[in-house]
Amino acid sequence: MSAGIGLYEQLIRQYRGGSAARDKAFAAFKAHGFPTVKDEDWRFTNPAPYLKDDYRTSVGCGSRASLEDCICRCRVEGWDAYQVVLVNGCVDLSLSELPEENGITVRSLASSDEPTLEAGTYPFADLNTALHTDGLYIEVRAASRQAKPLHVIHLYSADAPAFFMPRHHVVLHRQAELHFMESSACTTGSEPVLVNSVLEGSLEEGAQLTHYVLQSGRRGERMVSHTQITQSRNSRYDNVTLCLPEADLLRNQLNVVLDGSGSECHLYGLYLPGDNQVVDNHTVVDHRQPHCESNELYKGVLQGNAKAVFNGKIFVRQIAQKTNAFQQNNNLLLGDKSLVHSKPQLEIFADDVKCSHGSTIGQFNPESLFYLRARGIGEEKAKELLVQAFGADITDRVSSEAVQRHLAKYLVKERPVIHTQDVPHVEHI
Amino acid sequence: MLSIKNLHAEVEEKKILKGINLEVKAGEVHAIMGPNGSGKSSLASVLAGRENYHVTEGEVILDGKDLLDMAPEVRAREGVFLAFQYPVEIPGVSNINFLKTALAEVRAYRGLPPLEAREFLKLSKERQALVEFDAKLVNRSLNEGFSGGEKKRNEIFQLAMLEPKLAILDETDSGLDIDALRIVSAGVNKLRSADNAFLIITHYQRLLDYIVPDFVHVLYDGRIVRSGTKELALELEEKGYDWLKEEVVV
Repeated sequence: MSAGIGLYEQLIRQYRGGSAARDKAFAAFKAHGFPTVKDEDWRFTNPAPYLKDDYRTSVGCGSRASLEDCICRCRVEGWDAYQVVLVNGCVDLSLSELPEENGITVRSLASSDEPTLEAGTYPFADLNTALHTDGLYIEVRAASRQAKPLHVIHLYSADAPAFFMPRHHVVLHRQAELHFMESSACTTGSEPVLVNSVLEGSLEEGAQLTHYVLQSGRRGERMVSHTQITQSRNSRYDNVTLCLPEADLLRNQLNVVLDGSGSECHLYGLYLPGDNQVVDNHTVVDHRQPHCESNELYKGVLQGNAKAVFNGKIFVRQIAQKTNAFQQNNNLLLGDKSLVHSKPQLEIFADDVKCSHGSTIGQFNPESLFYLRARGIGEEKAKELLVQAFGADITDRVSSEAVQRHLAKYLVKERPVIHTQDVPHVEHI
Repeated sequence: MLSIKNLHAEVEEKKILKGINLEVKAGEVHAIMGPNGSGKSSLASVLAGRENYHVTEGEVILDGKDLLDMAPEVRAREGVFLAFQYPVEIPGVSNINFLKTALAEVRAYRGLPPLEAREFLKLSKERQALVEFDAKLVNRSLNEGFSGGEKKRNEIFQLAMLEPKLAILDETDSGLDIDALRIVSAGVNKLRSADNAFLIITHYQRLLDYIVPDFVHVLYDGRIVRSGTKELALELEEKGYDWLKEEVVV
């Protein structure tokens, strides 16, 4: 019996129907099952080891004190923001400070909020579409913007192996603006937690969405996320994703469809996997209309026997003339057994475009290291400075200085020690 | 202060230094001159602890301690400072944070607490003025986009901040125009004291007009072939190195 069969059976039994979209997604998942390494999208990240546990989809959550403590750790010092807290994928109003402004609606996802994601390509997302029960819904009215940004804190807390499938929906009407950051964290405990989340975002004409994602996990946490953004004319989407060490698996699928001319997206990512961790970022930017722009820079620092995958696809459709599309992936491999699969892909069907992609994999520049050491800075500290400098390209993209400071702090504090001598060798799965 | 005895070193199995002997006392300025490829910069690298240089013979003692046993950062904390011939650009590391970190580590090694923010700022301002280092550059990324002259001035600014016992200036004059040369030299002269020493590596006598050395040594083929006072530098300027090379061969 292959891994995930038990979980598959359990999930198939759970399906209760509900809508045409759910039925379609369910049929797709039922037919395909969980992805395996035979699926091109999962070639470098075998999902099987993360599906073996005896997950339950309904579990008790931790004490209020532990939740509050975790919220405190997620908060950004000096950043004045509204706060929405989700516990195991459900909005917890008692822990939230929602905006009381007119232009914005923040609430739990309702059954009437129909999923729009097309079924059949992403098995995890299909599963979520079929079975999700709760999540967050944000809607910003035309031409409105909030006085403060919104901090969405996802907490996961379980006293047994747990499987969560939150679903979020963000709608920005014409000329609307939203600035939000998602932080995710597990409260205490060590039980395996698998989170399969989907966020759908739609940006109407001239809308601007700034979206930061800070993923910090713990051992035993496995996170599979799908973000699907659709952009109309002259809209702008900014995404900065930071994948911190500790979680077993962080797998992000970030898809942006530029479906209106004059729209642009900027995607930045920094991943810092440590020992026995896998971080896998798949992105798709689909240029479907002319005069659009996309910029993408993902950087990774890998320690010990960490593994990372970067797969960035850019499609430029035949109609999408005058496209500017840039993509870059840079990796610092610090561990002797670190491994990165970097796969930039461009598919261009138009003939009047400017596109480029590139990928680098390297180590510390020995001359930089020597320069710092020659000034009295110890080797470890010097490496830390160089890692920070490498990551600054990404963290500097965050416009709020408070958030920038927060990320920079995390970058050092949360990172395991760089030397790998006393780490036992573990083969990759 | 510094005692180098019979120092041999190689890079990638190529012999570069072939028996250097040199004594430097506190308060002294020594100039090392010599033709291209004679081993001047290699000597600086070996003293600072650059990793690809292997010492095969000899010893280097700084105030009674064996320098060759120490990691580069420990040498720096012991008071060795190398002003780089080609200072490295490190985007993303701010000049001032870098200096703060370096100074804190050097002070910690000497059992001193890090400077308070205000004291650090005061010291930094004072030393910037000393080498006429542009305040705007202090907050930028380390050497990123600096002109050649700005990089060299930054080296001397760092020297002024870290106050080493032994400062090694590796062709600090190369790439400097006359004004920058004067400023850098004036900075070094202000930093000279009875407690520190300078080892100045240069191709040209010109720098020695500004920083007057107590001794001049000529390095050729990995050895010091002639030592003298500042007049030796003038003689070299006039006659070049060929007469020395011939003497060595004879």
